[in-house]
Amino acid sequence: MKKLFAIALILGSLNACSIPTLRATGDMGLIIERAIGRVQVVEHSQNTSLAKIEGLGDLSHASIVYSRDQRYGYVFGRDGGLTQVDILEQKIVKRVIQSGNSIGGAISQDGSLIAVSNYKPGGVKIFATRTLELVADIPAVYGDNKLSKTVGLVDAPGQKFVFSLYDAGETWVVDMQDTHKPVITKFTNTGSLPYDGLITPDGRYYIAGLFGEDGMALLDLWHLEKGIQRIMPGYGRGREPLPVYKMPHLEGWAMAGNRVFMPAVGQHEVVVADATSWKQVGSIPVYGQPIFVMTRPDNRQMWVNFAHPRNDTIQVIDVETMQVIKTLKPGKAVLHMEFTPRGEHVWMSVRDEDRVDILDTESFEVIKSLTVDKPSGIFFTNRAQKIGL
Amino acid sequence: MKTSLLIILLALVTPAQAELTQQRLQELKHLLKHDCGSCHGMTLNGGLGPALLPGSLKDKPDELLFVTIREGRHGTPMPPWKSLLSDDDIKSIIKLLRTPPE
Ligand code: HEC
Repeated sequence: MKKLFAIALILGSLNACSIPTLRATGDMGLIIERAIGRVQVVEHSQNTSLAKIEGLGDLSHASIVYSRDQRYGYVFGRDGGLTQVDILEQKIVKRVIQSGNSIGGAISQDGSLIAVSNYKPGGVKIFATRTLELVADIPAVYGDNKLSKTVGLVDAPGQKFVFSLYDAGETWVVDMQDTHKPVITKFTNTGSLPYDGLITPDGRYYIAGLFGEDGMALLDLWHLEKGIQRIMPGYGRGREPLPVYKMPHLEGWAMAGNRVFMPAVGQHEVVVADATSWKQVGSIPVYGQPIFVMTRPDNRQMWVNFAHPRNDTIQVIDVETMQVIKTLKPGKAVLHMEFTPRGEHVWMSVRDEDRVDILDTESFEVIKSLTVDKPSGIFFTNRAQKIGL
Repeated sequence: MKTSLLIILLALVTPAQAELTQQRLQELKHLLKHDCGSCHGMTLNGGLGPALLPGSLKDKPDELLFVTIREGRHGTPMPPWKSLLSDDDIKSIIKLLRTPPE
């Protein structure tokens, strides 16, 4: 009897304090504060910042993937740090320094593995999502036992990871169905200096952007036997490319209907290609060299930001007419944008003004600004359910 | 052709450097950290481009750095900065690169 009473008491107190409010994470996200090694936990139902989590090291060029339950963010830092952040408890769960210099990562189809792409020592390391224990180490060896920087790492259906070797001009597909025996298929003719890669939202095509030559390299993951195909040779040919002050990012690369929109390297234009023939069908003149070309989730608009020194501007393109319909000047150094899952708002980082602006994508009005120290990437948890993100 | 360009550039490097304003110096520091940093790492310890820390550059003469920054390196992502940076700017950047980070 006494015991029962005690249990009742415990239950009562549990009710009162231990579970104050249940919360799900579907409307949450993390923003990188690149200069001070911190992330902010935010939510986009009320547009507020909920917490700051410190101690993540060098976050210049950092990116994040989410566990499939959307509770944990895995932050890839420049200094080789891989940090697991609990966005509900708003703290670091675990942090490992897994290399000297890394560039980004991906989470596997089944959510059990995290792969990290490293510049130094060049290669990819794969970790167990739950423990951050090393599962596979894949040095990017080429030529005469040299190590290449790796870029453009993405996850692909069939428990695969795909990435490219910057120095070697290769693309590797790693099959992790047997966790202890990675099966690597190498394509050695990707082209000169692949600088980034992406996978189409359906997970079928991997495309690497090439710095050292015109065109891009395409790999059909349904038909690996076809090998690398060169697409859009000579886009921008005949004109001297402008100096490229920042490498374009291919992630977030826009696909709308049959059309694909991508940043041209060294040109003030967005290239439009047909996604079945992979031929260039047009180009849209824009204000500067595009960095990110991102479609709103309904594919009706494309939002483009630009390289230094034109990074104070955003342009919005109407996909139907392929015209620039709006030019915005949010402030100095607009580095990244993220749409809310259904696209009514877009969040954008204005690095040099320590602000993240939240805009209505129909009226283009700023509806709110948050104070964020040197913000760069903004990552909402709905990425957890998308191939390649 | 290349060598004659180099000689002209070397001649440019030698004259005494005009002092930049404090404000310009701050701008250059910012540029180095964030814009050069987008390829060389925010702490300049390397990224797509090599590390630019004093130790990694100690065997590289000022002239080489000057030409690299001014003209870029053709066939690599290192862009020419001459349309954005004056020669004095570039010399100040080299000084900054030679100074160990605090
Ligand atoms: C778009 C990327 C990118 C940007 C931005 C960039 N660099 Fe570079 N830089 C490179 C690459 C890649 C190399 C290596 C070139 C090679 O392979 O020889 C390099 C090489 C150099 C070198 C020669 C280093 C050596 O060891 O020989 C210097 C010096 C340098 N960069 C300075 C700068 C400065 C200063 C800035 C900013 C004003 C800058 N870079 C911005 C990509 C970049």
